[in-house]
Formats: sequence, structure tokens, C-alpha cells
Amino acid sequence: MKIASFLSIALVVTLSQIASAHKVWLLPSQTTLSGNDPWVTVDAAVSNDLFYFNHHPLRLDNVVITAPDGGSAEAQNPSTGKYRSVFDVQLEQEGTYSIALMNQGLFASWVENGERKRWRGSAATFATEVPANAENLKVTESVGRVETFVTNGAPTKEALKPTGVGIELVTATHPNDLYAGEKTQFQLLVEGKPAAGLEVEIIRGGTRYRDSQEEISVTTDENGEFTVALDKPGMYWLSTSSQDEKGKTAQAKTRRLSYAATLEVLPQ
Amino acid sequence: MVFALTSAPATAAEIELSIEIPRLNVSEYHRPYVAAWIQTADRKLVRNLTVWYQMRDTDEGHGTKWLPDLRQWWRVSGRSLDVPVDGVTGATQPAGKHALTFTDKQPHLADLPPGKYTLIVEAAREVGGREMVKIPFTWPPASSQKFDAKGEKELGEVTLSVKP
Repeated sequence: MKIASFLSIALVVTLSQIASAHKVWLLPSQTTLSGNDPWVTVDAAVSNDLFYFNHHPLRLDNVVITAPDGGSAEAQNPSTGKYRSVFDVQLEQEGTYSIALMNQGLFASWVENGERKRWRGSAATFATEVPANAENLKVTESVGRVETFVTNGAPTKEALKPTGVGIELVTATHPNDLYAGEKTQFQLLVEGKPAAGLEVEIIRGGTRYRDSQEEISVTTDENGEFTVALDKPGMYWLSTSSQDEKGKTAQAKTRRLSYAATLEVLPQ
Repeated sequence: MVFALTSAPATAAEIELSIEIPRLNVSEYHRPYVAAWIQTADRKLVRNLTVWYQMRDTDEGHGTKWLPDLRQWWRVSGRSLDVPVDGVTGATQPAGKHALTFTDKQPHLADLPPGKYTLIVEAAREVGGREMVKIPFTWPPASSQKFDAKGEKELGEVTLSVKP
């Protein structure tokens, strides 16, 4: 009995560690472009290592590409394979594009005839698919954003304007203007407002070729801000998440917010 | 003598720049993209002196696609510059020493405020490396001065001569 409970605790711990170790990311083929007809191709995946396709592709249902003029752009040639999804973006305008996957939805669980039921979907389908008088109903709202930035020509900031949905990153330094050894100031917003006390993890890519993650952990201050010096050049993965009770759906007691960005830091 | 004295202020202060592109024994050689510019201590561009890139038309247009590989130049100037620029941009150059002269009568140096500057020469080569050479100098120069710097891979000898 003792052994059994010990094992189950160990299992739970292991599973949660695995879950938290999974990294979701978008990786652009280039972040800084120029020329006659610039395109980028973007990989979308979930993995343990950065930036390796070794676990799962990311679904491309909710690709949101914001063009430099604030309008939207199309993801082209989308394809989902065994380990990664991929799509292309034609950079028709000069300036900065934000490329994001926005996942919003509801998770519900309840008990029906002594059996545990699980459901995921949108707020619109909730009423029709989840019984109104479900026993032990638990609903969680989730808003997840995974994004990256690419610039054709000179960097612009129109596409980086916060939308007020979920967690968003505001950079004092432009995200396509990061250089090794220079201090960069970031701000995180939740619903457009500065988010204090968010724990942020920053990891440089190429984890396979070193013995430790070398993660940088920072916490946002009362203005939702933090400053880091990313000392080595490379593609970096920045992520944070939080949980609160401010769900937009009446039934949802808890809300989970997550954010991940891929940023390139260039050598001087 | 009198003429020489009165005409002295009219002589142009000038910069002579010599950039050596080394001969490299590599399997795939492309001429480097090279940019030479003047910037302040806080990394603000003051003047572009010269930018060499692939200007010949290909199916990708001019070689502007690779200009961002001149990373630092791209950051301080390139990305907000509409190339080609008269008197600044030119075609890539072969291996050898290339001498350039700029006087304060030319737009490159005209009305350059007195101060401490850095001359930077950056070279980037397709399927090759990237290198920068920096030379600090003061403008206008009180006397003729010559500064030498040397790259290790993508740039050879770089000399800057400033003359009052």
C-alpha cells in the first residue's frame, strides 16, 4: 500500500514534469529580410529540445499573421507532418510582421452515470455539447499565444500593438533588434494590462549540444517589466503562463493563460 | 606665400580609406559584400562611405536579399536605406586593395560636426564569414594621421588616413 501510493505520487510528479518540459514554438527560417520578394517559412512544433522536431506538430488551425500596416496576412502552403507543421509567409509589405498561433477555448469535465467525461471546444459550442445540469462540472478557460516576429527592411511597431487578449509581450527594444550582450527590456501584459509577478523562462536554442538548459528565470516587476541581457547569440525561446479566476465564460471558474515567443539574438 | 596662406582654409579636409579584400582559397568563392561607415560612440550612423553589393540583375533581382548579412551596417543604416544610393553603393570588388578618397566637399563628409567617431568596415561573404574592423578617429583632424587595422579572415589591411 505504501509502495503503491509512493509510486502513484512519483508518477504524477514525473508526468507533470514531462508536461511542463514540453515547449511549444514557432521558428521562422529568417527574422531579418530584404530583397525583391522576401518569404519566410515557419516551423510549428512541440518538443522537449529547442528547436528540434522530436515530439509533436503544432496544429495550424489558428494562425494569426499581422502585417506591418496592422492588417492580416495569409499563411501559405500549410502542411502538418509527423513532427512539425510548416507554413510560408510572403512579406509583401516593408516592416515587421507578427506571426502567431492563438488558441482559445474551454475545457470541461463532469461526472455522468458515475463516469468521468471530458470535453474541449469553444464558448459557442459549450451550451449545446455540455449538459447544463452536469454533475461536478469543472470548466477551465484557456488562452494561449505562441508567436514570433520577422522584419522586411526596417523594423516597425504597428503589428506589435497589444490586442488585449491573453498574455502579450511588449518590447522596449524591437524584437528583431536584439544583440548579444545588450540589455533588453520587456513588458508582459494580461488583457492589455501590465502583469506583475509573472515567472518568465528564457532558453537559448541548441539545448541538445550542451549539458544544461541554461535557462534564465525572471519575474516581472509591478509594471509587468523585466530586463535581461541575452549574452550569447542564437534563437531564444521565452515562455510564461499564469492561472486566475477571471474567465470570460460564466461557467469557467479558472482561466489558464500561456505565452511563448521565439526571438533571435544576433552577434555584435 | 601670401596666396598659399589665404587659400589654406579652402583646402579640403579629407579621408583616404584603403580596404584590402584578401585572396581566399576556398572551394566556393563569392566576392564579399562590404560596407564602410562612420558612427558615433553610441552606435548612431553618421555617414555611409561605401557599400558594395551584388548589383547585377539575377532572377532574385539585385543582391539586396543578402544585404542584411552585413549585420551591423544593416542595423545602423541598411534597413532604413533605399539602395542604390548615388556615390555610396557600388558593385562588389575583387581581391586586392581598394583606395577611396572622400573630401569634406563631398556629401559623405560635408558638414560632419567635430567629434570623436569610429570608422567601421564590415565584410560578409556568401557561404563564408563576416568580419568587422573598427578604427576610432577625431574629426576634423588637427594633423595628418594614419591608422592601420587588419582583419583576420574576410578583411585584409584597412588603413584610414585623415588630413586636415
